[in-house]
Amino acid sequence: MSKFQFPESIRSRPVYGTLEPRPGKAHLMIADAEGAEALLDLAAQDAAIFRAAHIIYIPKDTGDTYVDRLKALEPAQFYVGPTYEASVQRIRRVLSDAHMGLQVYLAGTEGLMGQAQNEAMTAGIPHSAIQTEHRGSVARRMQCVHCKGITEDVMTDPFVCSHCGLNLFVRDHYSRRLAAFQGVCVDAEDPGNVPEPVELYK
Amino acid sequence: MSAAPQKAKAGAEKIEVEVSAIVPLNDLVTRFEFTRRDGLPFPPFSAGAHTVVEMNDDGRTRLNPYSLMSDPADSTKYAISVRRDDEGRGGSLFMHRKVKVGDTMTITYPVNLFPLDLRGRKHVFLAGGIGITPFMAMIAYLERMGGAWELHYACRSEALGTYVDELTSRHPNKVHVYYDDKKQAIALEDLLDGQPLGTHVYVCGPQGMIQWVHKTAAAHGWPDENVHSEEFLAPQPGKPFEVRLCKSDITIQVGEHESLLEAIERCGVEAPFLCRGGACGQCETDVVEADGEFIHRDHWLDDDDHASGKKIMPCVSRFVGKTLVLDR
Amino acid sequence: MTIQFNEETFRDDYSFRNSDWAIKRFPFPFHEDSYMYSVNMEQHRGGPEGSVYEKRFDVDEHYVSEMRDRAIVLADDPLRCQSLPHMTLAGWDTLELIMVSKSEDYPDLFELHRDGDRWRWINKPMGIDHTFTFLDETTLPCGPLEYITRQAQGDYAVLDQRNDMLYMDAGMITTQADWSLDFDIGMDFFEWHAPVPLAHEMGIFKRALKFLLNVQQGAPARRLNWTMTVNPLLDTSPENYHKWGVQKSTLTPQNIGSKQHLRVELQTFYRLPRSNALLFPIRCYLIAFQDIVTIPKWGRRLHRVIRDLPEELATYKGFIDNRPMMLDYLSQYDDGLPTSPGVWPDLDTEPPLQK
Repeated sequence: MSKFQFPESIRSRPVYGTLEPRPGKAHLMIADAEGAEALLDLAAQDAAIFRAAHIIYIPKDTGDTYVDRLKALEPAQFYVGPTYEASVQRIRRVLSDAHMGLQVYLAGTEGLMGQAQNEAMTAGIPHSAIQTEHRGSVARRMQCVHCKGITEDVMTDPFVCSHCGLNLFVRDHYSRRLAAFQGVCVDAEDPGNVPEPVELYK
Repeated sequence: MSAAPQKAKAGAEKIEVEVSAIVPLNDLVTRFEFTRRDGLPFPPFSAGAHTVVEMNDDGRTRLNPYSLMSDPADSTKYAISVRRDDEGRGGSLFMHRKVKVGDTMTITYPVNLFPLDLRGRKHVFLAGGIGITPFMAMIAYLERMGGAWELHYACRSEALGTYVDELTSRHPNKVHVYYDDKKQAIALEDLLDGQPLGTHVYVCGPQGMIQWVHKTAAAHGWPDENVHSEEFLAPQPGKPFEVRLCKSDITIQVGEHESLLEAIERCGVEAPFLCRGGACGQCETDVVEADGEFIHRDHWLDDDDHASGKKIMPCVSRFVGKTLVLDR
Repeated sequence: MTIQFNEETFRDDYSFRNSDWAIKRFPFPFHEDSYMYSVNMEQHRGGPEGSVYEKRFDVDEHYVSEMRDRAIVLADDPLRCQSLPHMTLAGWDTLELIMVSKSEDYPDLFELHRDGDRWRWINKPMGIDHTFTFLDETTLPCGPLEYITRQAQGDYAVLDQRNDMLYMDAGMITTQADWSLDFDIGMDFFEWHAPVPLAHEMGIFKRALKFLLNVQQGAPARRLNWTMTVNPLLDTSPENYHKWGVQKSTLTPQNIGSKQHLRVELQTFYRLPRSNALLFPIRCYLIAFQDIVTIPKWGRRLHRVIRDLPEELATYKGFIDNRPMMLDYLSQYDDGLPTSPGVWPDLDTEPPLQK
């Protein structure tokens, strides 16, 4: 699948790259759905790093499409989880045991990469040292600045906050700590005047 | 903004001090302790900070930066340790030979270009020779705050092991000393291996040691952000050259044993500075015209700036050629 | 002088007002008849007697009421004050700086008695007399940053400095011009300024960062920033934008003079000694249009600045829709006469309105 080119934006909006093998004693790889393709491409560059790799994979709606191919890379540890939330405790455990020199590779949707990056940062790895590659859905994880609730998989602008019900417009301002973009009330100055939702990037 | 904007002063704020103690530590290194002349407490400082000591050497002003190595919690005194450099430009010789207890001197407020990363889970210090000084303050701070640390300290010989006895007796399990003359070396690869996530490494010593640590850590997958270094460059002597300062409308001569910044100051032109060691960026100066070759020695400008011929750091860098015109 | 503290509100009935004293000392931000971004930094080492620049932390007639408003905001939303774990030392630095400055600059209002680490702090306007142990959080009712900034006007951002970058790692932000600490905490200097238009392209933030990284202990700096607010509302937070945003559409030609306020931030920058962090106090001053135009020079100049402001900036500052109405009002106070350079009112030398 071809990679989506995000339009150029403001300085707080994350920019994703292309995974490359880096020297390290251990390699933690976390991916969802089509993010598996980025790991397969990484393996094509250097299959050897997978001998010290721990893959945490959440297939989402891709089902079994990539599972066998990832397994065939023969990572030291391989975990397939039903959801990101279900894998968080495992990710924290892995990070709490890890040492300096660990390389972290994240691939897939912005929501997954953002949340996993936050875990790695909390564990003491600077975000600039964490590799990311976007694949798959361009849906966004949005925080409502008013009620603080997070709405996952937002595809339109504006959208309705899944917690407080306000109509929010989608900003490019992004918080790594919250792993979310900012949603702000669209009709605050003119209540009821809500523009027709438009699909993101259309 | 206001009616009469105040111009930034060159250098940090100053403190008048008296030399309260001079303690020779070995053949090369002596500690100087200062108290304040106005009797007030010294400002607190963050570990890793330095002060610039003003020396009046027979009418010639020397300004040398030294790491503050006293306990940051002790507001009654500041201390520095100075290694005598017989080949240098004279600042350390002045301190060793001419400064006496009871002398009055001027030093600057602390400036920190080598701070601890306070997020660090653990701090690993790598010192080479006189590079031990900032770590003395860092260790005192971390001991008080209950922070995790270890020190690996390379010295030329036991006789020149500045503060080795004090450190090893107080912290026998955290301090590791290596003597060159016994062919002992820091096992860097081993000690980088197995450090917990969130560990930071700090290196202070000769340039070769700093480069070795950065390179080895990168090869072991350490992020750049977790590797910190400080190296004060002393200005190197060089061929005399001529510079035109176009704003001040004068042409000045830079002597063999003075820096460009010192020559600018000697001619009465005020120029901003802080560290005088090529690290802080404060003295960055625009080049208006140049026909010749720059000898860039600073850590501040990036490679593109150096290549552009448009900027120079007059505290440590020089010039060889026909014409140099600066926007100063 | 002894300050008479106003009994006033910054919400609901908006009883906030500026005395003649407060109007004359208002930090008018325009030194000429036009405005464009600039870093415009200067040393923060006092200023003319009685001006807002004179003391390190200005205390004025709004002090007690502003602190009451802050307490209301925090009760409603405790996330307005946050500090990442490594910033506690910077919080103590902040507490020390403010207590020492206020007790020295306003000895009739504040007292600090230090016996080693045992400190006694007396804040007379707020009726506080508290003894605690410096650097021991357990002896304060809340963290040191929150404790002292519940007693100091203005917002406080505390910036950690690492690897030649500043990070927004702690703050007390209840009177902000539309940015969220809870969202921005942890961001680097360029990231938290990301939504500001034009300035990045102009290289403003690069230059500003270079300056701020070099602010040294004992040598604080300051600058002004400004925006517009309808009603004297301190809490113009994004969090509550859905509640206050609608007030922007309540302006009419009849009420604009009393409702429309110029909002000026006196921003100062202090290097904190123990933590090497940078303290960034953002002090907000509000003034109604009808009060600004009592100073003829300011009336003339404000009209010209607002008229000629680039559209992106008027949009970013949130008053693009109301600009025509503002200009209608302000044009009455612009007779076309030249204005004297600088920000001061110059009441004795500038001519009265010739209309």
